[in-house]
Amino acid sequence: MTRSFLARNPSVLVFLSILALFTLGVTLLSEAYGTALISTSFIKTLGKTLCLCLAALAMDLIWGYAGILSLGHMAFFAIGGYMIGMWLMYARTEEIVVAALANEPLPATAQEIQNGIAGQIFGVVGASELPPVWLFAHSLPLQLLLVVMVPGLLALVFGWLAFRSRVTGVYLSILTQAMTLALALYLFQNDSGLRGNNGLSGLQNIPGLAGVSQAAVSVWFLWASAAALGFGYLLLAWVVSGKFGSVIRAIRDDEARVRFLGYSVEGYKLFVFTLTAIIAAIAGALYYPQAGIINPAELAPIASIYLAVWVAIGGRGRLYGAVIGAAFVSLLSSWFTGGRAPSIPLGFYTINWVDWWLVLLGLSFVAVTLFAPKGIGGLFDLVQGLRRPDRKGAALGPDDGALMEREAQE
Amino acid sequence: MRHIQGALLATALAVTAGQAMAQETIKVGVLHSLSGTMAISETTLKDTMLMLIDEQNAKGGLLGKQLEAVVVDPASDWPLFAEKARELLTVSKVDVMFGCWTSVSRKSVLPVIEELNGLLFYPVQYEGEESSKNVFYTGAAPNQQAIPATDYFLEELGVQKFALLGTDYVYPRTTNNILESYLVSKGIAKEDIFVNYTPFGHSDWSKIVADVVALGADGKKVGVISTINGDANIGFYKELAAAGVSADDIPVVAFSVGEEELSGLDTSNLVGHLAAWNYFQSADVPENAEFIAKWKARMGEARVTNDPMEAHVIGFNMWVNAVTAAGTTEVDAVSKAMIGQKYPNLTGSMAEMLPNHHLTKPVLIGEIRADGQFDIISQTEPVPGDAWTDFLPESAVLESDWATLGCGMYNTETKTCVQMKSNY
Amino acid sequence: MRALVAALVAAFLMLVPAMLAAQTAARSVAEILVENRALVEKPSRQSIGPVIAALAGSGDPQAATILAAWADRGLGQRKSDGGFFLIAPNADGYALTALDGSDAGTATKSEITELRPNSGVRGLISVALVQFRLTDPDPARRAEALATIARDPAPELLAPLRASLDGEADPALAAQKDRLNRLLTLRFDPDSAARVAAIDSFSGDLGLDLRAALNPLLATVRKTAPLAAQIDGNIARDLTPGDDLPQGEAYDLLVAANLAPARLSPADLKAALVANIVNGQVAGTPVAVLNTQVARNAAYTALEAAGSVPLAATDEEVTQAVAAHRFAEVYSEPDPAVTTAATRVLKAIETKLALMQAADLGLDALSLASIYFLAAIGLAITFGVMRVINMAHGEFIMLGAYTGYVVQLFIPNYTLSLIVALPLAFAVTFAAGVAMERLVIRHLYKRPLETLLATFGISIALQQLAKTVFGTQARPLTSPAWLDGALSFNDVVQVSYIRIAIFVLALVFLVVFLFIMQRTRLGLEVRAVQQNPSMAASMGINPDRINMLTFGLGSGIAGIAGIAIGLFAKVTSELGSDYIVQSFMTVVVGGVGNIWGTLAGAAMIGGLQKGIEFLNPSNTLAAQTYMILFIILFIQFRPRGIIALKGRAAGD
Repeated sequence: MTRSFLARNPSVLVFLSILALFTLGVTLLSEAYGTALISTSFIKTLGKTLCLCLAALAMDLIWGYAGILSLGHMAFFAIGGYMIGMWLMYARTEEIVVAALANEPLPATAQEIQNGIAGQIFGVVGASELPPVWLFAHSLPLQLLLVVMVPGLLALVFGWLAFRSRVTGVYLSILTQAMTLALALYLFQNDSGLRGNNGLSGLQNIPGLAGVSQAAVSVWFLWASAAALGFGYLLLAWVVSGKFGSVIRAIRDDEARVRFLGYSVEGYKLFVFTLTAIIAAIAGALYYPQAGIINPAELAPIASIYLAVWVAIGGRGRLYGAVIGAAFVSLLSSWFTGGRAPSIPLGFYTINWVDWWLVLLGLSFVAVTLFAPKGIGGLFDLVQGLRRPDRKGAALGPDDGALMEREAQE
Repeated sequence: MRHIQGALLATALAVTAGQAMAQETIKVGVLHSLSGTMAISETTLKDTMLMLIDEQNAKGGLLGKQLEAVVVDPASDWPLFAEKARELLTVSKVDVMFGCWTSVSRKSVLPVIEELNGLLFYPVQYEGEESSKNVFYTGAAPNQQAIPATDYFLEELGVQKFALLGTDYVYPRTTNNILESYLVSKGIAKEDIFVNYTPFGHSDWSKIVADVVALGADGKKVGVISTINGDANIGFYKELAAAGVSADDIPVVAFSVGEEELSGLDTSNLVGHLAAWNYFQSADVPENAEFIAKWKARMGEARVTNDPMEAHVIGFNMWVNAVTAAGTTEVDAVSKAMIGQKYPNLTGSMAEMLPNHHLTKPVLIGEIRADGQFDIISQTEPVPGDAWTDFLPESAVLESDWATLGCGMYNTETKTCVQMKSNY
Repeated sequence: MRALVAALVAAFLMLVPAMLAAQTAARSVAEILVENRALVEKPSRQSIGPVIAALAGSGDPQAATILAAWADRGLGQRKSDGGFFLIAPNADGYALTALDGSDAGTATKSEITELRPNSGVRGLISVALVQFRLTDPDPARRAEALATIARDPAPELLAPLRASLDGEADPALAAQKDRLNRLLTLRFDPDSAARVAAIDSFSGDLGLDLRAALNPLLATVRKTAPLAAQIDGNIARDLTPGDDLPQGEAYDLLVAANLAPARLSPADLKAALVANIVNGQVAGTPVAVLNTQVARNAAYTALEAAGSVPLAATDEEVTQAVAAHRFAEVYSEPDPAVTTAATRVLKAIETKLALMQAADLGLDALSLASIYFLAAIGLAITFGVMRVINMAHGEFIMLGAYTGYVVQLFIPNYTLSLIVALPLAFAVTFAAGVAMERLVIRHLYKRPLETLLATFGISIALQQLAKTVFGTQARPLTSPAWLDGALSFNDVVQVSYIRIAIFVLALVFLVVFLFIMQRTRLGLEVRAVQQNPSMAASMGINPDRINMLTFGLGSGIAGIAGIAIGLFAKVTSELGSDYIVQSFMTVVVGGVGNIWGTLAGAAMIGGLQKGIEFLNPSNTLAAQTYMILFIILFIQFRPRGIIALKGRAAGD
């Protein structure tokens, strides 16, 4: 089965080997395990980029394959980060508090330890009690389970409500965007018990690994992120290659017709929505320990739109397109905004990329939508000599064989 | 994938090129947002730093070397602050950093500089409850801004009922928390303290202003302590004026409104309201006049000076003196030499760096004038900054002393150091 | 506190002249100022009282003028000799007037220190000035004096106020004086019957000043006494522990009154244990096992038994102690007749007050709804009628606001600039909308999801452009003077004129929209193209042209909305993105394709938000969060919105 699956999808093997080579190369150039040619901060950037690629994969499945433009997947991504962040903060603070209380004449009670932890974590935002949402924060396995469960359940409930009422198309996009905004506003509140605007910080210090340098930790996270991306790619490639993949593509192209054929359209959509939410959450759980801090600004609605932008620029409806888009745009973005891109003097005005990068991104995005709906991935078709048949009008979807504009009118 | 590797190679090359450069200068990292929401405030501080560094170079540099500014842009993106700090310390190998504005950006940078033993000067008033071995806090702690302003309300204006209005983030939250327990300790009943938090950029103030006005229904004098941040202030003061509330009826003291925020605004609605800082441009002393003249000569006549700029002036000069005293830029030696450094501030007194890495600062209260400047109506003697407030039970027992105790979070009851690294 | 200081000053006003008369002849103001130089240079409200009283009571004919000048920063000190002068700024410094009224030449700015009393001291000065100003021939001065009395009511002001009642010619001021007289009477008159009469004279009044006068009379404190004894004072009500007074609080009262021992806190318990560690054991229990509260309590009990620590109150003893005492709330006002009358008057306005507060909340909600409606109405056209998702709609609002700002830079007259800015903002955003429709949206009519993304690209580009051009700082958009202030129905119900203007603008747009869509050829063609473009085309309508015009119209209205929003709040590059999600939700919740739906949606969102704010006044963010959550749920159950189109018009 696997054999034939890989044989049918040669791009999977190519992708996995490139990913492996890349990881190996970075490791050999790293400070901890190699020639120190790449700085630790850049390794962290690369590791984070791999996580973003994984989130983009999820986005590609839900949008490129199933045709649901969800503007809420970065919210799931951030929830994953929050869930792992709670354990990281709790465990790290616990080490400190237990060490401090050990100096006292009486051995500490469990309550004292908990009060100490709460005081440390919430003293910053003017509270001293551990809110109920931190109930499982002491346990890594439970909190890891929550990384999957919380976004999964949220997606399940939200998706069930939305798909059941047949909210589709742009309505669903706006609804998911509203969900993201509501979540962000909720987390911004201090009362939510997740430190409000301050968010969770110091996440790069892994409890129990105090003796290990960040140079090594960053490489470990790079490996973990690469492994997650590899598995994610394999899983999604398998999902979209079978009969299931055909059904969801069919739903994208004509939902009503699939429903008439007797498929449970809502069930398929719900499954895809929940699965991708979980994948995004796992990506987030790997991302934020590398970023070091998570706060509600991370799940602003605009972040989810960027996710869609990456996928669109990379090329919808092909998994490697999403990965390319996410890596290309996010690395380019950090290069331009990092002040490293040279300014262009025009004589009368100097183009400072810090100021103009977003303008360029916005306009290039319009251009991609208008002129290259297949994105960067379309270049691979050109290389392989694939051309779509010369049919009337512009394509309605990114895939070959999608309904054409004028055909749809007929 | 190809693109990633391309970018990777390009950056790797850039990095090696950077490292190959000879270490003949002392590098000063400037970690202020030049884009994004905080750019408006932080760009000014970057310009201040560049001016100070140029001046020092004109004086012959430091330890016989020239100073070199390394400016990066964390783009008002909090995780990016940590990333850029790491880059400054490991790639650019800076000897000291001046930067950050918001508390959350500082908390983001803290673990990195503590891990890599960097040195950061933080120039903005903040909520306290922190003391890091690697940070020097040149802005005000709550006891150098919020508490004296509240005393002014209690004693000079006879306010009996308080509305604590703030933007919903950590500085207002902690400050209001401290103020609440301070007011209770001063005999103000809990029911007489109204607290409200609004989101960033809030604009619909009618209900909140009506609530504040209605507080006067039990015959007590009402005062507003505002930790409202940035743009949201405009709508707030507009609504106050529309409701016919003058500074004589309900005075408002703001902790986040300074010259820079007022410049270019229509301040007619704000006249008579108060702000508390450690520096106002209108301070009438020769040091200040000289600094303003230099600033305007460099940046243009229309530019104003403000409190965090003064903090950078003091912080930078203290660092220069500490490096000279230590004879090296090595962080531990400089940190040691920093404690006890004295440098005249711009309001006519002397700032001293205390063992808890905070400064002594005079507290100034100003009334807003129609031209966007402040009339200084109250100025105290320099107050020593207190890292851990005395008005919250959990932190009243804590003390920070890096000189003798060598600890930033020392529990005076149990006589132990709670933790060496700071809480983030 | 404030009243106390004011009273002190007033008391001095009475006393000082008498004292001075006994000792020496009246001193001049100049002498008093020089004597108290240190206090005058750095005046504090705490200590300046006697000086102000002495000045006011000096009998110097210049006293009132000099005090007034001091409060208005018209008093200065010459640096060279420390002499005090009345100062008036002129071209190159100050014109000086000596304190006896004679001209003293001029001085440059640097020679004079301006005295700047803070507003607390200024308040005291104006209290001292009341006696001079109440009978001043200038009505403005008299009004100032009345405002001072209203701000700082003090018993000593009652006599001068009453004395001035008869001579008042101005009817408005006379009415104000009468009201203040009654307000002061009900608080400070020694005669109980006069106070009750004054209170009763206010029956049904909603004024904030009245409530501010009555509520302090009804302030209570909790008192306790053993069951055998009585609680002294004017008792408001008896409290039953466990019922209207929690057990813990009742015991705290007993502790505070020294009627019971304090309870043992966990920290004290721990300290007691630590103090009794002997050879690594506490009362025979090894220290190592004292890591639970239960074990610690047991150890303490053992210590109690051994007599090495004081006995701590147990829960049972607490209950007993509380049961053995009576508790009551006692008015600080001793006169029961007054408190009864005050309660009666306040009770009478209670319902009315609640209704008025509800009305005020309703007005706030209406105002917020009209802002949302204004922001969404353009969207109701582009999204509702054309089904085009325009994420750049918010940026069109921003563009309009910046247009207003730029116009104000060139036309300093705010009214004129507003008249110019409104059509100009429409023109600018109309042009931007048409350009966008022609260049981008036209190609994407069949791909709505991609329109969303493309217009989002335009949105971030426009936002960044605005940042680059105008900076990230908020820019002012100042409203003309006739829009300042508020329409005030009474002390509770108020609405600012700018909000009324926005409401009117929203109404105008509603009418214009209805007129265009229902009564003009353009509207007919728009509706035709929306329902069936090919059929409309075969009837001779040019769908391209109609789409372009419709889109331009929607964008143009967004521009005008931008000016309204900028006037009421501020102009920043993020102005649009603050409103975009809410605007879309307004349209979707209301029902797409129907202007009445948009209106209903805006009303619902505005009302909901204010309602939640009312329930949780300390957290505005929560109101926004729960409002959005509610809307998400609402859409799940009514996916087509409040007013759903049916039949052909629904389009699918």
